[in-house]
Amino acid sequence: MTSAPSGAPQRGTGGAGTWSDPRTERPPALLVLADGEVFEGEAIGPLPPEGVSVGELVFNTVLSGYQEVVTDPSYAGQVVAFTYPHIGNYGVNPADEEAPRPFCRGVVVRDLADHPSSWRATGSLEDFLFQSALPGITGVDTRRLTKHLRTDGAMGCAFGTAQESELRAAAVAEPGTSGRDLVSEVTTDTTYEVGSGPLRVVAYDFGVKQTMLRSLGALATVTVVPATFGASSALDLDPDGVFLSNGPGDPAALETQAGIVSELLGKVPVFGICLGHQLLGAALGARTFKLRFGHHGGNHPVRRLDTGKVEITSQNHNYAVDAASLPTAGARATEVTHVNLNDGVIEGIRCEKLAAFGVQYHPEAGPGPHDARYLFEEFRELLLSGTRRRPLTDTGRDDVVQT
Amino acid sequence: MPRRSDIETILVIGSGPIVIGQACEFDYSGSQACRVLRAEGYRVVLANSNPATIMTDPELADRTYIEPLDAGVLAAIVERERPDALLPTLGGQTGLNLAMALEGEGVLDRFGVELIGANAQAITTAEDRRRFSEAMGEIGLEVPPSGFASSLEEAMAVGEAVGYPIMVRPSFILGGAGTGTAKDRAELARVAAEGLAASPVSRVLIERSIAGWKEFELEVMRDRADNCVVVCSIENFDPMGVHTGDSITVAPAQTLSDVEYQAMRDDAFACIRRVGVETGGSNIQFAVDPRTGRRLVIEMNPRVSRSSALASKATGFPIAKIAARLAVGYTLDEIANDITGATPASFEPTIDYVVTKIPRWAFEKLPGSVERLGTRMQSVGEVMAIGRTFCESLQKAIRSLEQGRFGLNADPAEAAYELLEDSELVERACEPTPQRVFQMEAALRRGVSPESLAAATGVDPWFVGQLQRISAARLRLEALGRAGTEVERLDRRSWRELKRHGFSDAQVAYLLSRGRQGEDPAGPVADGAAEGPVDGPVDGPANGPVDGALDEARARAARLRAGVRPTFKTVDTCGAEFAASTPYHYATYEDEDEVRRSERPRVMILGSGPNRIGQGIEFDYCCVHASMALREAGYETVMVNCNPETVSTDYDTSDRLYFEPLTAEDVANVIESELRAGEHSPAGVAPLAGVIVSLGGQTPLKLAHSVDPALVLGTAPASIDLAEDRERWNALCETLRIPQPPGGAASTVNEALAVAAKIGYPVLVRPSYVLGGRAMEIVYDDERLEEVFRALEGSLRSEGGVSSQRPVLIDRFLEDAVEVDVDSVRDAAGEVFVAGIMEHVEEAGVHSGDSACALPPQTLAPSVVAQLEEHTRSIAASLGVVGLLNVQFAVKDSVAYVLEANPRASRTVPFVAKATGIPLAKVAARVMMGATLAELREERLLRPRSNGDWVSVKEAVLPFDRFPGVDSLLGPEMRSTGEVMGIARSFGLAFAKSQIAAGTRLPSSGTVFLSLADRDKASGLGAARGFADLGLELAATSGTAAYLESNGVKVSTVVGKVGEVGAADAVELISSGRVQLVVNTPRGRGPRADGLHIRSTASLHQVPCLTTVAAARAAAAGIADWRRHGLSVISLQEVHGEEAHRPESEVHGEAAHRPDSEVHGEAAHRPDSEVHGGAAHRPGDEVRGA
Repeated sequence: MTSAPSGAPQRGTGGAGTWSDPRTERPPALLVLADGEVFEGEAIGPLPPEGVSVGELVFNTVLSGYQEVVTDPSYAGQVVAFTYPHIGNYGVNPADEEAPRPFCRGVVVRDLADHPSSWRATGSLEDFLFQSALPGITGVDTRRLTKHLRTDGAMGCAFGTAQESELRAAAVAEPGTSGRDLVSEVTTDTTYEVGSGPLRVVAYDFGVKQTMLRSLGALATVTVVPATFGASSALDLDPDGVFLSNGPGDPAALETQAGIVSELLGKVPVFGICLGHQLLGAALGARTFKLRFGHHGGNHPVRRLDTGKVEITSQNHNYAVDAASLPTAGARATEVTHVNLNDGVIEGIRCEKLAAFGVQYHPEAGPGPHDARYLFEEFRELLLSGTRRRPLTDTGRDDVVQT
Repeated sequence: MPRRSDIETILVIGSGPIVIGQACEFDYSGSQACRVLRAEGYRVVLANSNPATIMTDPELADRTYIEPLDAGVLAAIVERERPDALLPTLGGQTGLNLAMALEGEGVLDRFGVELIGANAQAITTAEDRRRFSEAMGEIGLEVPPSGFASSLEEAMAVGEAVGYPIMVRPSFILGGAGTGTAKDRAELARVAAEGLAASPVSRVLIERSIAGWKEFELEVMRDRADNCVVVCSIENFDPMGVHTGDSITVAPAQTLSDVEYQAMRDDAFACIRRVGVETGGSNIQFAVDPRTGRRLVIEMNPRVSRSSALASKATGFPIAKIAARLAVGYTLDEIANDITGATPASFEPTIDYVVTKIPRWAFEKLPGSVERLGTRMQSVGEVMAIGRTFCESLQKAIRSLEQGRFGLNADPAEAAYELLEDSELVERACEPTPQRVFQMEAALRRGVSPESLAAATGVDPWFVGQLQRISAARLRLEALGRAGTEVERLDRRSWRELKRHGFSDAQVAYLLSRGRQGEDPAGPVADGAAEGPVDGPVDGPANGPVDGALDEARARAARLRAGVRPTFKTVDTCGAEFAASTPYHYATYEDEDEVRRSERPRVMILGSGPNRIGQGIEFDYCCVHASMALREAGYETVMVNCNPETVSTDYDTSDRLYFEPLTAEDVANVIESELRAGEHSPAGVAPLAGVIVSLGGQTPLKLAHSVDPALVLGTAPASIDLAEDRERWNALCETLRIPQPPGGAASTVNEALAVAAKIGYPVLVRPSYVLGGRAMEIVYDDERLEEVFRALEGSLRSEGGVSSQRPVLIDRFLEDAVEVDVDSVRDAAGEVFVAGIMEHVEEAGVHSGDSACALPPQTLAPSVVAQLEEHTRSIAASLGVVGLLNVQFAVKDSVAYVLEANPRASRTVPFVAKATGIPLAKVAARVMMGATLAELREERLLRPRSNGDWVSVKEAVLPFDRFPGVDSLLGPEMRSTGEVMGIARSFGLAFAKSQIAAGTRLPSSGTVFLSLADRDKASGLGAARGFADLGLELAATSGTAAYLESNGVKVSTVVGKVGEVGAADAVELISSGRVQLVVNTPRGRGPRADGLHIRSTASLHQVPCLTTVAAARAAAAGIADWRRHGLSVISLQEVHGEEAHRPESEVHGEAAHRPDSEVHGEAAHRPDSEVHGGAAHRPGDEVRGA
């Protein structure tokens, strides 16, 4: 397929007994974790200068949807290892991009597809890696890697064609995501508008996914604003509600944003997803904490407490809201609405009085199941019944239902 | 929602005999259901006619009825047991159909039985083509458009509505006659006219052709709270047009983007909700247009299916077990995930490996069948393999098939493709056949582009690309071979790459040697390795070539020196996200091994591989029983098998499960893994006590030689060899003074003729080292002997040919002898326990697996029984048997001749266990571990045989309805796929029950048609008289009629031979529906065409057809007894005296007095049900739909 760019170290074709074919051979590479674990593989995609790429290593268990994962801005600063061995099978296509470019630092796979096939495909994943300057490593025992991360937690890593010692030093030096504001790297610079729904929503872009904007755009005209867009400016836009997007990194590092949310609460209905949910929690006064290895997959069972039903959800987070720290009384009294059935982590909260709610997982899917799409419906209802002065006449409601 | 407390007794219906389309996957599902329901405290009543199943073990249910699966019989069971609920969704289509029949006849209403899992309305919505189509329309899902037409005009109108291309299928035809496709109006006019002419009812199904579309399946579960999950997605390698049961299938789906997959998932949930399956699993099939992604719903099975079994084994999510819990009220989130032990079952498994299933066909066993796959399922079994990549799992799956292939080509059998032109190869690959995947690889290797091959075959380019990877890897290795590289010089990295692509050591050895010899396909390795055959010689494919074994061994040694050994990963449902507590493993070539240390002595049990004719569920039963008995005795048991349909591959049957191919290499890897696992136990070394090779049929037996002899448990492999080695065996029998039919071995025609001249005709001719009597024939003269010998030489060529090492065996055939099977067990102290003596109904000459048999024997004099027991004892002692011994005898003129002895489990073991109440396989397993029979008696594992008031009859079930071109005649070559059992107080009744259970509707009135070979006329007289005495009318061919009349038996209708001018011929008589039973025995010599016509006509019109006089006599006795006593049902627990006897209850109504009742034909006879695209594609569909 794609040959390695010039300058890539070529492995020798060796003497008798070495099974090699320089035309298709990928350069051997290593993945080294901050704790010293080493994994063998071969380099894919572009080779970075010095042959070293770094990031915080996390795994994702989805069977399909690699393109959505790779382009999800929430992975900024991270290297994504896929547990499913065959990645790239159906190629890539523009419709499945969650952001104009990937923000993650690299991909780790067991087997990168060399014959992608799909009527939707416009190219191969490997082409995409080259185009996006996203390095990767293939041939890795990703199951061993996942077990390691499961036990020892997400950690810094380095991978590439450099010497093991160099990679190790780079992995140890990698700061990880704790305490870092990665949102500033991924948020929009300018304000722009998407969607054509009858309502008006201001969406804070902390690293927003396209699928999320599509879901919102179906019910509202959405003004996407930068992560530090002031609360009063947001309210000046006269929205029916404010949406807090997903995004990368540690919510505790985002005091400014939590402050903005806090200012908005009570003035306008608020809906947060993922990082947005964590910021909502923080604005309500709750603490957040880092999970050992996070939730990254498309198959997590979540119980919706009001109906008792279970929904299968798409998840991608390393941090969570601490249940014990949620205010239980007063205007900010917040109830837990959803919990993860695997480990009991809070997956959803609602503050009735302030007309705000958030979920930790991804109801917009992309990738993942559609079980929780009703939440956008709930948001719409909240927008309609919100604190804003628009009178909720029958006519008005009908107009809205037409969406 | 908690467990329902308003029900106490639940009736579970099994799926009956193993037939094509409905195999032992329903033993797996039914066993799980029974276990779960009992564990939940319910009283379980089970009905199933198949004695070879685990589910019919008396300890799995409170009441076990091995009774015909017939609505009338079930009604009697319902009346007797008064269940509160009926769980119909775990017994295949048979279970579902019977539940519907009981519902339809008001039985469920009358006795207040609730259908749980799926109600009648949901079942009808899913099963009725029209209703299903409407229901899907309501929720906005598309189904393939179609309609029926009875005239050309109608056909054209329907065609316009449906849209082109169109597939035309005539109704009620066999073998696809008159089926065709049309691209436009003109073609439709022609094809429809042909189809209408071909259909006996002038009716055709016109449907939109979606051949070539991609095919997917989703396994969905739903609970009472409406939680839905997808357990597994499956993608077919073969495009639409091949029944999913005959397709290579892969899990998870490989070529769907998430957008497409999630939309399919939404559709699947909408479908299960609309159909109304309240709880449990369903299988939903989709076709996807590869050009546009347009998606059609093909079919929905509102029950556990073969695909669910595959999905369960592929993911570790036990669908049947969970379906049973859901049916009694639990919700998914209330059930724990067994595998993680920590998370709930309300999730969707994610996997980090690839699963490939390949069907196992039996065309070689069915001369006259066409090796071509289509919409009607023809495979008899399947294998599944797990690998980290598709390449690895595909090659492992091919190895698992045990068909002489070491993987995707790169073995001597690939020579078959070398002579073909490129275009010819591609052309052949376009036809769906079992060879297709091999042809595709061969074409790619020659440089045919993957794009063009994908376009030509309709196989998705992703899969073709994977095949090309295997091709490319092999070409690189061959190049190294050409450069003179010895296997010892392959480096670690190269080995790892090869193993990661799934190559076996034998393939590596082959490719390097082949490379070394340039392009000569028939190098020395090829010569030796060419013995790979279909059922395999003793040293068969599993062990690698006899002469090439050195090379494989050398390759293995070189690999180990290069530091490349497999790692065993865990199937954990979650892609390693959570810790798994269940040791369910597969081998792959990665960094880390996950097998935990062991602290107890372990016993490894080698399973029986894919089901095939001659080796089926009976052997899985034995392996499972061994595991159960040894676990109880304190051992850790380790199962190795690759058949996803079985109970043995349930992760909780043994302490550890290795889902691996049964080949020398793969088994050696598991043995090493287990040796390692015991090395560092805190309590010192926990030994691998040994390996059981004698319970899984030929498959593990063939592997015995590759296992360290010190590890082989039970009878020594040398003794097993002795029994197989003609000369030594003959010598042994002579020493023991046990009579044998005279015989000899021949490796040339002349030798064969000389043997025959010495011993006299008729003779039984068979190749050595084959299973299930393949290619055996009874020969009456020199001319035929020459023909048969030459044919054998031809057919065995690919398997190594005929030689002095592999001679053809020629024995005197004892005509009209009674064949007897004896199953026994001998302990290390020398005690022999004769567990069962079975007298065959069909005379010697019919393969024992195809013959009905009775236990206890019905006509043998006590002196004969004494001979049989005595011979069995002396053979057991002289072979030093420790464990099971099966001996086959032919009894003639009160002398018992021994035909063969098999110091291993036989296929009659489960039948003997069910008939006598003695858990024979468990006893054998314990004996192999050193227990004595005396000790086991003390433990009460070995109990005295229960009283002799009962007669049990086993009957074989044959697959002829699937293969219209194949003669239904029984002979020395085994062709049955399964078996049923009838238990009653008399032989006649037990036989009658076994016939009903097998789908043969014995008539109580009407006409019996007889056409007997000359040599059968005398013995047939008694049977004819029997029918006449019962008041049945007789019809016969002229010769038979003359003989009967001259002996005072009145024949009311005489017909001429087929085609005889002026005579009403037999075919016409049978076609007209005036015959209720056909008795047609083959002529000993000469053309068989006449008989063939008669038998195939009977098969076409579903008139029961008996092909031996013995069966006819038994049928007459059965009808007579049935008339006198009526049928009644009885549970095993009562038969074996574990419970106080209650009066048996009578079967009344329909079934009792109308043995030929329609219900039966419908219910017991729907193996078709899984026909896929079923609704849309099945010619017989109108029966169900209407």
